[in-house]
Amino acid sequence: MCIKRVPAVAGRITLTDGDRAIDARYLGFTIGPHEECGVEEAVRLIEAHSGESVVLTLGPAEATEQLRDAMALGITRAIHLVTDGEEWDGQSAAAAIVDAVRADEATQGPFDLILLGNEAADSGGYQVGVRIGRALGRPAVAGIKGLAVAEGKVRCEQEAAGGRDVYEVPLPAVVSVLEGINLPRYPSVPGRIRAKSKPIAPSSPERPEQRLAMIRLVVPQVAATEAVILGHGPDAAPAVVDMLASLGVL
Amino acid sequence: MGSVLCLVTAAEGAADEVSLQALAAASALAAGGAVHALVIGEAGAAAAGAAAHELGAWGATQVHVATHPSLTSFAPDAWARILADLADTLGVAAVVGPGSDAGNTVLARVAARLDLPFAANCTQVVPGDTVVVTRSRWGGSLLEEAAINATRAILTTQPHAVAKTSTGGSAAVATFAPTLDDADLAVRVVGHVDAAKAGVSLAEAKIVISGGRGVGSTDGFAPIEELAGLLGAAVGCSRAVTISGWRPHTDQVGQTGTKIAPDLYIACGISGATQHMAGVKGAKKILAINKDHEAPIMTGADYAVIGDLATVVPAISAEIKRRRG
Ligand SMILES: Cc1cc2nc3c(=O)[nH]c(=O)nc-3n(C[C@H](O)[C@H](O)[C@H](O)COP(=O)(O)OP(=O)(O)OC[C@H]3O[C@@H](n4cnc5c(N)ncnc54)[C@H](O)[C@@H]3O)c2cc1C
Ligand SMILES: Nc1ncnc2c1ncn2[C@@H]1O[C@H](COP(=O)(O)O)[C@@H](O)[C@H]1O
Repeated sequence: MCIKRVPAVAGRITLTDGDRAIDARYLGFTIGPHEECGVEEAVRLIEAHSGESVVLTLGPAEATEQLRDAMALGITRAIHLVTDGEEWDGQSAAAAIVDAVRADEATQGPFDLILLGNEAADSGGYQVGVRIGRALGRPAVAGIKGLAVAEGKVRCEQEAAGGRDVYEVPLPAVVSVLEGINLPRYPSVPGRIRAKSKPIAPSSPERPEQRLAMIRLVVPQVAATEAVILGHGPDAAPAVVDMLASLGVL
Repeated sequence: MGSVLCLVTAAEGAADEVSLQALAAASALAAGGAVHALVIGEAGAAAAGAAAHELGAWGATQVHVATHPSLTSFAPDAWARILADLADTLGVAAVVGPGSDAGNTVLARVAARLDLPFAANCTQVVPGDTVVVTRSRWGGSLLEEAAINATRAILTTQPHAVAKTSTGGSAAVATFAPTLDDADLAVRVVGHVDAAKAGVSLAEAKIVISGGRGVGSTDGFAPIEELAGLLGAAVGCSRAVTISGWRPHTDQVGQTGTKIAPDLYIACGISGATQHMAGVKGAKKILAINKDHEAPIMTGADYAVIGDLATVVPAISAEIKRRRG
């Protein structure tokens, strides 16, 4: 399962570094919701089918925090492609992950399934999974909210008009998942303790010339409206219902 | 800057809005050069053909319809191959598509096939030897200006960020049979599961009432359900609620949930995080019910009640019942 360390933004974003990065001084770090669900899915698959689950990240030294978090939930071991903290575009991130997968498979045997989030929470690139699939010559399915492995195949469900579309591809495969595929568990204290001694294999790939090259970030201007206060507590009910009537929705 | 190829997706014989928006971006990029549109005949050539004939009016100068006996359902790698091959044949300088789920996965696959960069969800495109785009990050709470360092730009447009433009033109429509092999068809839709129909759907509801962490529990939603019943509204929730297991993820509104566009959105006990608000950009009016008058949602809402939702929501229901007699 591939995860990406991102700042835990919730409110208005402020920028730093010549408008090329988010000012994260007052923020914690996390992984995106899709990836949280991907980690949970990996843990469940191994619980159901046995085997080994691996978490991989391409990110700064501090991303060991996110690797440990994933291992606290039951992931077996980690691969850390250590960067200097600069972002990698989707093409170069996918290429580095492919190299790492090939190197790991050469000694540890093949992965049946490579899981990713559908899109990274920060960059929203929508591409790393399908690039990995293409490079490894494995089928890649994206936008998945249901997954089942049986008899050398993975059945994937995707939300579609009026229900869900079904894909079925042979293993090994690459699947990009969406939040909602499962409800992730919380880490347990013993899980956290065990995670401390699980192995992380580091390496330092070289960042190539970026072909989707960021020039700068821009915080979009949103006209901040100041809400009209209809009242305080239950006494506000008549004013609310007047408002509903004036909107014609009663 | 040369000619541009645009993927157009269609349903029931009509091109979808997001594709017409992509076509507008493709025209801007072509800057007077040819604008090729590609429609892939998933549901049979007839429906695709019907969609194709309207595209000249939205900026296409040449329309291509691909039909193949194996394309009976969506097959993203096959679609990507058809686009990539046509891009090579036509020698286009850019390939554009809609930033829908299908558009993003197909265009990413085109980029992977051609070993080119891919810029998803662009809100603005500037033609030139190096195409410069503005694209959406963090579900739209941040924008990025980026240069596409490639001889051919591959991108999608963020839904509803670029206006479709009626040119009143017309375009010749040519149908062709693409070359596909088994590998291109390995990933394809092989079945469909119908969803159980229940109540008003979130995405289409005229009124949506959502609860957040402030609701406190699964049972805390009962007054919200009651008010929703009185108003014919759908019930939604924030991510704090889904990850607590109080409501299913299908109820979640926001960046990684459903995006809604109701006439009225009522947010109860929701702070108004950017990722939540990303899902309600289309709402015409927002009423926030929150006990904190400094919650961020106060700057995104039109109306607010300051107070405990557990007493405010039942009072609103009671007042509606009283007036209805
Ligand atoms: C990549 C990413 C994607 C995300 N996608 C989504 C998404 O799709 N949807 C989403 O919702 N979130 C999403 N989030 C999470 C988001 O950042 C917030 O954490 C979440 O929206 C908070 O939910 P909340 O407002 O219910 O909870 P809180 O932020 O905890 O707010 C609770 C609010 O309730 C008020 N309150 C408490 N008790 C009461 C009471 N009794 N009466 C009235 N008011 C009360 C409080 O004053 C407070 O304002 C995403 C986050 C990330 C990083
Ligand atoms: N730097 C990274 N390290 C590990 N995984 C990544 C990285 N960047 C992207 N991914 C994975 O690829 C998914 C899609 O990312 P993207 O295509 O960039 O939107 C993410 O949800 C992650 O699972």
